[in-house]
Amino acid sequence: MLSDADRIYQNLYGQQDWRLAGARARGDWDGISDILGRGRDALIEEVKASGMRGRGGAGFPTGMKWSFMPKQSDGRPSYLVVNADESEPGTCKDRDIIRHEPHKLVEGCLIAGFSMGAHTGYIYIRGEYYNESRHLQAAIDEAYEAGLLGKNAAGSGWDFDLYVHRGAGAYICGEESALLESLEGKKGMPRMKPPFPAAMGVWGCPTTVNNVETIAGIPTILRRGPAWFSALGRPKNAGTKIFCISGHVNNPCNVEEELGIPMRDLIEKHAGGVRGGWDNLQAVIPGGASMPILTKDVCDTILMDFDSLKEARSGLGSGAVIVMDKSADVIKAIWRLAKFFKHESCGQCTPCREGTGWMMRMMERLVEGRADKAEVDLLEQVTKQVEGHTICAFGDAAAWPIQGLLRNFRPLVEQRMAEYRERTALPVAAE
Amino acid sequence: MSTAPNVFVFDEIAEADVAAAIARYPAGKQASAVMPLLDIAQRQLARQTGSAWVPRAAMDEIARRLGMAAIRVYEVATFYLMYNTKPVGKFHLQACTTTPCWLRGSDDVVAACKRVAGITSFGETSADGLFTLTEVECLGACVNAPMLQINDDYYEDLDTERTEALLNGLKQGGALPPPGPTNGRHASAPKTGQTTLLQTSTPAE
Repeated sequence: MLSDADRIYQNLYGQQDWRLAGARARGDWDGISDILGRGRDALIEEVKASGMRGRGGAGFPTGMKWSFMPKQSDGRPSYLVVNADESEPGTCKDRDIIRHEPHKLVEGCLIAGFSMGAHTGYIYIRGEYYNESRHLQAAIDEAYEAGLLGKNAAGSGWDFDLYVHRGAGAYICGEESALLESLEGKKGMPRMKPPFPAAMGVWGCPTTVNNVETIAGIPTILRRGPAWFSALGRPKNAGTKIFCISGHVNNPCNVEEELGIPMRDLIEKHAGGVRGGWDNLQAVIPGGASMPILTKDVCDTILMDFDSLKEARSGLGSGAVIVMDKSADVIKAIWRLAKFFKHESCGQCTPCREGTGWMMRMMERLVEGRADKAEVDLLEQVTKQVEGHTICAFGDAAAWPIQGLLRNFRPLVEQRMAEYRERTALPVAAE
Repeated sequence: MSTAPNVFVFDEIAEADVAAAIARYPAGKQASAVMPLLDIAQRQLARQTGSAWVPRAAMDEIARRLGMAAIRVYEVATFYLMYNTKPVGKFHLQACTTTPCWLRGSDDVVAACKRVAGITSFGETSADGLFTLTEVECLGACVNAPMLQINDDYYEDLDTERTEALLNGLKQGGALPPPGPTNGRHASAPKTGQTTLLQTSTPAE
């Protein structure tokens, strides 16, 4: 198990002071001018060497992403945008960072902005996190007052301004190009790529969008050294991660652990185990709503990292582990996710706008069992027609949970249909 | 509850917020302030009428202030769920029913809301104008499921009894209690005690 000394978020649960004084006591902002003094290129190399992969879901190498930003401005300013629109069902980790460790995020923004040549950063936080946004704004205000933001931030010679932009309840704004549209004051509808944000992001200027947990982890990595971070976790899956364990466990919780921890250890050591014991486990969604559901036999041995879960045809996603014991109606659980995606589709692409509604209605019938085998195959086919046929990855995200259900729980689906047929069969008159 | 006003003017409190919001974006990019301005207008309505919503007159005023076509403001106001385009009760009950909350009993929370408010379906407002119940998608407090957002605050780790007690308190004229878990646990830490950060978790102050 990860030792407490190696945890980045020492105030994850908020028992200590979240303000500047408390943050400083935990080591935040310590030697910030020396860190920035290493220079832009050196910092990007260190982030690359740490092996940090984006914590928002896609797992793209952070240092490489930063290196896509222009070295020389062509006259347009560059922007850092932090994605704090945490909305993937099951995920509530950024919330803890923002309300209990906001200075880690603010300091990370300064370092990231400096490293990518941005004088301005925006943190796009989901609108429902109102109280959290107040902590964040208070931390930013404190940083300005202490000279850590603004002109000549932290004595670095670099000017850096940081602002909070509150969303207003749209899951799609977690998609980076939809987020940028929203930041421009429009409906959150994803953009075609290319151009990628590093070439043309917010207001047509070079932009990098990073997740909260990615940015907030950077200061500690640079303080303790990339070798410290890359030694944690597994090869190509370096470091620590906040996991959110919800559903049918005895003690749902957030916890920071090493990547690559066995799922069973994660659930049993930190979340008090599955209700009724490990053998009462039925299924786990390992990485937030869009990641395919896994059966117990996979969960027995699976490791919680990007590559292990990908190999099991699922994904680490945002690190949100949704546990279902044997009492759960797995089909209904996936129907509810289908309903979620139907509600949250932005409506721009036809396969997604029409497909999510169609898939939800079909799932509604599977919950009852009111379907036949050919229709189940048809449903699977339709998920394939949505997947990969939309501007953004939302279409994939809506298709995968259903594909996972049909791949891993097909016998259950068929059993439900058989029960329905039995229940509704008309009595046949004796000849 | 309020009827739709024909004119909307930002009041003094709101004007300060409007100026601060517009200043956050680069010159000429003031359209970015449309989301904060809709929120400011909604909060003003809540202050003035007890119902947090954005009437058409406010959208028109925002369009005028930001130099946008009114339709662009309407688009934004109707795309995002948090802008109420119709009046809501004094306490806007936003019940999450997405899978993580559903697995832990959000059906019970919804039933308790309906019972105390005396309503039968989502979108309804109680006869006394106190409660409007809205079904919402995941609010990002999943390890504290099931949860209910009332106005700006999250109430977490709910069950039937605690939901009823919470709402009955409001019905009897009480103010919103401090937000957070209702079962005595601390934030997102395990209920029966922490498994990590054992040395460092000394309370603040």
